[in-house]
Amino acid sequence: MNFNATLIGQLIAFTVFVAFCMKYVWPPIIAAIEERQKKIADGLAASERAEKDLELAQSSATDKLREAKDEASKIIDQAKRRANQLVEEETQRGHTERENIIAQGYVEIEAEKNRVKEDLRKQVGLLAISGAQKILAREIDAQAHSDIVEKLVAEL
Amino acid sequence: MASYETTQDYINHHLTNARMCSTEEGIVFNKACEDAGFWVWHIDTIGWSAFIGISFLFLFWRVGKKATTGVPSKTQALVEMIVEFVDDNVKSSFHGSSKLIAPLALTIFVWVLLMNLTDLIPVDLFPWIAGLIGQYGFGMDPKDVYMKIVPTTDINTTFALSIGVFILIIFYSLKIKGIKGFTKELTMQPLNHWAFIPFNFVIETVTLLARPLSLSLRLFGNLYASELIFILIATIGYLQLPLHFAWSVFHILVLPLQAFIFMMLTIVYLSLACEEH
Repeated sequence: MNFNATLIGQLIAFTVFVAFCMKYVWPPIIAAIEERQKKIADGLAASERAEKDLELAQSSATDKLREAKDEASKIIDQAKRRANQLVEEETQRGHTERENIIAQGYVEIEAEKNRVKEDLRKQVGLLAISGAQKILAREIDAQAHSDIVEKLVAEL
Repeated sequence: MASYETTQDYINHHLTNARMCSTEEGIVFNKACEDAGFWVWHIDTIGWSAFIGISFLFLFWRVGKKATTGVPSKTQALVEMIVEFVDDNVKSSFHGSSKLIAPLALTIFVWVLLMNLTDLIPVDLFPWIAGLIGQYGFGMDPKDVYMKIVPTTDINTTFALSIGVFILIIFYSLKIKGIKGFTKELTMQPLNHWAFIPFNFVIETVTLLARPLSLSLRLFGNLYASELIFILIATIGYLQLPLHFAWSVFHILVLPLQAFIFMMLTIVYLSLACEEH
């Protein structure tokens, strides 16, 4: 073994190198590494968060869509029901109207019939009187026998 | 290896560092330093390791200065990959809080790794270039110019690293546990009785000292052996080509592994030092 002053020289070199490394080399490099690690970790966390947000938004969107569909079908149902109801009501109303109109028609017809009957009766009466007049013209005075004619007319 | 007299010479030449020392005649090199004792400097080891360390720190420093938190450049991505790798290992093994451990682990890992990787450079390349420079630049015999470029095959480098770690182990032990806690750890374990204090002390001291020793010897032993084998392979003529290839491929695994083990054990030892019992 060959120990000599080189040992001292190398020891000094070693000390200087370690001191230099400790002061000027290690801190900036490790700081850069740690900073980047933090950045990457932040980025990953952010992307994870964004993914979760997206998922949430998607699920809420589907929820909304389903709700809207439900609502729409409910409205349509309601509308259909209402339409049916309206048709029913209108039909009902139409029926009653028709019946009313028909009934009124009957009444009017009845009244007309009665009036015509009356008229006819009067006419027949008159006719009978005029016929009777013509027959009896020679023998009966109209004034003297009008009460008999009236009675006849009433009987008709 | 044609210019060497014997294989022995060749191997010895490749395993010898370029030395520098100061004597009464001023600053002298290599063979003149044989009697200088402790005060010899391996200028190739120091030069290459400093060059590698400064290059790596300069690159990382520039990346750190221009670091963006957005989309990183390719260089920044590479640097961040290494930093994150080290940071993960530190976080999984070291549970205290310290501003020093992670940069220390990063420096150890990258520096040792790059120093190890110079082992893959062909063993003759830099000695040959250095020889040429010595010959034509300074008029020296190329055999007297030494250039051993892998700093981790020099036991001074590995021991410098482990002594640095050892000092930190002691520092953290004292800082976290206090003098009392540290002394108690050295004397009251593993047998918690006053009569065993000397016995415990011997055992715990051996444990404590074995850590830096094994740390540095493991790295040195692996790298020195692999370098030696590379040099041996280089002495056997044309057969060396497939062998070199196989040994290099193997070392693509071994060299980073050694750097990783050194870093990991440093973290573990320091985390043990910071743990309260």
